[in-house]
Amino acid sequence: MTDARPLADRAALARIARRRRGEAAFRTASMAAVVAAVAMLGWLLVTLVGSGATAFYQHVITLDVALDPSKLDPTGARDPAELQKASFRPILQSAIYGRFPEATGRDERRELFALISVAGATDRLRRMVRDDPALVGTTVRITAPVSDVVDQLLKGRIDRKVDATLRPVSDRQIAWIDALRASGEIKARFNATFFTATDSRDPELAGIASAVVGSAMALAVALMLAAPIGIAAALYLEEFAPKNRITDIIEININNLAAVPSIVFGLLGLAVFLSFFGLPRSAPLVGGFVLALMTLPTIIIAARSALAAVPPSIAAAALSVGASPVQAVFHHKLPLAAPGILTGVIIGMARALGETAPLLMIGMVAFVTEIPSSLTEPASALPVQIFLWSDSPERAWAERASAAILVLLIVLGAMNAAAIFLRQRLEKRW
Amino acid sequence: MTTLGIFLSLIFESLRFFAQVPPLDFLTGLQWSPQTAMREDQAGQSGAFGAVPVFLGTLMITGVAMLVALPIGLMIAFYLAEYAPARMRAAVKPAVELLAGVPTVVYGYFALLTVGPAIRGFAEAMGFAVPTQSAVAAGAVMGIMIIPFISSLSDDVINAVPQSLRDGAYALGATKSETLLRVVFPAALPGIVGAFLLGVSRAIGETMIVVMAAGRAANLSANPFEAMTTVTVQIVAVLTGDQEFDSPKTLSAFTLGITLFVVTLILNVIALIVVRSYRDRYE
Amino acid sequence: MVNDTALKLDVGRKFSEAAAVGGAVIDLAAAKAEEKAKFVCRGVRVHYGAKEALHGVDMDVPDAGVTALIGPSGCGKSTFLRVFNRMNDTIPGARVSGSVLMDGADIYAKGVDPVLLRARVGMVFQKPNPFPKSIYENVAYGPRIHGLAASRGELDAIVEGSLKKAALWEEVKDRLKEPGTGLSGGQQQRLVIARAIAVRPEVILMDEPASALDPIATARLEELIDELRKNYCIIIVTHSMAQAARVSQKTAFFHLGDLVEFGDTRAIFTNPKDQRTQDYITGRTG
Ligand SMILES: Nc1ncnc2c1ncn2[C@@H]1O[C@H](COP(=O)(O)OP(=O)(O)OP(=O)(O)O)[C@@H](O)[C@H]1O
Ligand SMILES: [Mg+2]
Repeated sequence: MTDARPLADRAALARIARRRRGEAAFRTASMAAVVAAVAMLGWLLVTLVGSGATAFYQHVITLDVALDPSKLDPTGARDPAELQKASFRPILQSAIYGRFPEATGRDERRELFALISVAGATDRLRRMVRDDPALVGTTVRITAPVSDVVDQLLKGRIDRKVDATLRPVSDRQIAWIDALRASGEIKARFNATFFTATDSRDPELAGIASAVVGSAMALAVALMLAAPIGIAAALYLEEFAPKNRITDIIEININNLAAVPSIVFGLLGLAVFLSFFGLPRSAPLVGGFVLALMTLPTIIIAARSALAAVPPSIAAAALSVGASPVQAVFHHKLPLAAPGILTGVIIGMARALGETAPLLMIGMVAFVTEIPSSLTEPASALPVQIFLWSDSPERAWAERASAAILVLLIVLGAMNAAAIFLRQRLEKRW
Repeated sequence: MTTLGIFLSLIFESLRFFAQVPPLDFLTGLQWSPQTAMREDQAGQSGAFGAVPVFLGTLMITGVAMLVALPIGLMIAFYLAEYAPARMRAAVKPAVELLAGVPTVVYGYFALLTVGPAIRGFAEAMGFAVPTQSAVAAGAVMGIMIIPFISSLSDDVINAVPQSLRDGAYALGATKSETLLRVVFPAALPGIVGAFLLGVSRAIGETMIVVMAAGRAANLSANPFEAMTTVTVQIVAVLTGDQEFDSPKTLSAFTLGITLFVVTLILNVIALIVVRSYRDRYE
Repeated sequence: MVNDTALKLDVGRKFSEAAAVGGAVIDLAAAKAEEKAKFVCRGVRVHYGAKEALHGVDMDVPDAGVTALIGPSGCGKSTFLRVFNRMNDTIPGARVSGSVLMDGADIYAKGVDPVLLRARVGMVFQKPNPFPKSIYENVAYGPRIHGLAASRGELDAIVEGSLKKAALWEEVKDRLKEPGTGLSGGQQQRLVIARAIAVRPEVILMDEPASALDPIATARLEELIDELRKNYCIIIVTHSMAQAARVSQKTAFFHLGDLVEFGDTRAIFTNPKDQRTQDYITGRTG
């Protein structure tokens, strides 16, 4: 073994070093791509949480308001209907002016009044009086949201150091706010409004309730239509249809439909359901129809592959004990394929929930201030609500849009987690 | 079934549109301003329905999106298929696919509120004035959305390349990256082209991101940093709000819709055929 | 160091085992005196995960001529063949231990780059696996990555020379631009051999190279192997005893992960020393 010679000469070694560096560079680049993609996802989520998490709490102001009968009920009749029509604005003004008597100028008072969410506070007062007309003449303590600008300031979204002319709150206002905050009259609390209220012109009073209900209704319609039709179509295509050119074309068609832009489904909905059948605009019913059309291919494809994954031996066994082909499918294959089908349905529904464009087409972009109670009433949907809010320039809207996105993502996450859970159980079976 | 339905109803509406606006103007006109054409006296005024700027905007944004999605998506596929240890692969693949599960309205919001201002800030630091809404902002975010389409499909395709080809290259003394780039990649190319086409079709049909982040002005410009409009944006712009069903404005949206439908359909069919013939080759 | 003792112990076991079945099967000293060894393997074991596929193989592969590896399916022939160019490295979970010296240098030593090793030890697989590229590009691939040609002209010359050595040139010289996958199976296999030759290896490993070929293509391939053995050390795995007898000068018989018998091909086939070898070549096992 004395004539041992090296495996390679110098030149080859130099070359291999260069090739190895190329190899390492390529490998690093491929890892960098993964890191980049995951980082983008992280950036997205961090941005959303950073800008949206604060929407889940809100600052409220506690005020003692004298329900002055001379302003609310000049006739003294205490007629509930008349009381509801009364303007609560003046007594609210007196209450806040009373709190800071040193503010006397017109501008000063206007700025002072702007600290409160006027619509929120008067609404509360009106409701109190409606529930108990005897309150008129007494002084009540109410808790109402502060205006969105104050809220944003207290959440640190408005820079106090910026020149006063460049920020939406004046130095005076900041002094008042700090005083109220120090005395505990302004405090932060959980923002229940965001979940119970409908859309509003004031961000501090806006909530996602109508949008959530609209989405739920549309999704229910879509589920009711797409799931049975999709599963039936899949059963037919997979189990009973003859394999010929026509079913071949249908199959290609279904695959293509899954890739048709969603906005085209919206156009179809507009042309067919609204223009041709004359169904109402903005209705969850139509939204559901459109979403059903859109998710149908997804469900059919998923259901077919779930059916195809059931070992043929199971159907053969059923047939061998004398079951009819239909019985074999319904008694044996379908139950075994059920988790897979369900997974497909959930994934399809999750996609439908996040879909916005087709809903814009059929007019589900209305400004809806009431929770829809039937399928034909105008409604919004959660993603559409996000779209609408993100169009508004105020910071408070962006905060709410982010928060609505967080809610949407959490729901989607839950749906997908359910789908994954089901899929894993399915995989364990064989 | 439904394809036919879509096709017929869209054809019907577009025929009515072309009854009012000459097809040649639509395809070659350089000015798009359906709003002004709404007025009776201006209806059919030549040039108002020239769709060229709209098509160009679509092309530009799709281009930017693919510029982002293709390299990143492909590199991810390479990593997943050839480098990632099994455990890493099991973690990374679903993480990347999460990107596809995010609703597009969320991407639109992200583009509008985060990426757009970031690009503008960066451009200002470099001494350019760039609007928040720009083809680049919309395209880049759309690219992020399309990454998983490219990476997942390409990963499948690369995995379908027979191991014997890799062995052949390794046995000749090729390194992993040499094997990948010069043997596996060319072998997988048809499938990757299919994935690319599907990505393009996605990008063309994507609506919310561009509606929120690309702007609505029909600019005829080659500068991707300008606000630009796309087919989908115009459909939304024209059709949201009240409208009569017979105005050329409304009908123009349907015509854009059918253009979109036909183009994406063709892309999908080609992609499907390419991928399928590729699969057959290695089975 | 621990390895070393294990290795020695192992060698010891091997010999006592051989003695137990009737005489020294492998006469190492004699083999060395006869000719220079290209590879010297001692105590080579290969694990796939927890499973051991080769249980310590000692073998000296001669520098010249063809060495055939035979044995029943699953006995570890391919595994052993992949030891020589470290192709087992590409299989997840595969581990090789023991020592393999090539021209006296340990190819599993730290710092040895398998990429360089594989340039010196070419391989041909069971199923022809031309790259989905032109015939020319298939052959040019190796020289390109290893930087063997300085100019286009040189590369052309390497391609032509390799195809000639692989006895394919006459058939393809007019269609070098056509895809390699369009050739017949036998032509593909010769193309793959040309591809391996183009890197100027010293050794060519062949794993059942004729199993996907018809008898005529097989005959041509065997002629080619006979021609190549003048310039290369060839190790070939084959299932056909007749083929081993026709093309090889040395034959090694493997059984269940052990090297049972190794020696001159003629001796193995006419006068096997081990019962298991005898059973196999007379068709009683396998
Ligand atoms: N990649 C692998 N992973 C796990 N085990 C393997 C792998 N390759 C081979 N084995 C096992 O190692 C043993 C030897 O296999 P090998 O392929 O070397 O046999 P062989 O002699 O070439 O057989 P054949 O004649 O069928 O090609 C077998 O038991 C096989 O199951
Ligand atoms: Mg083998």
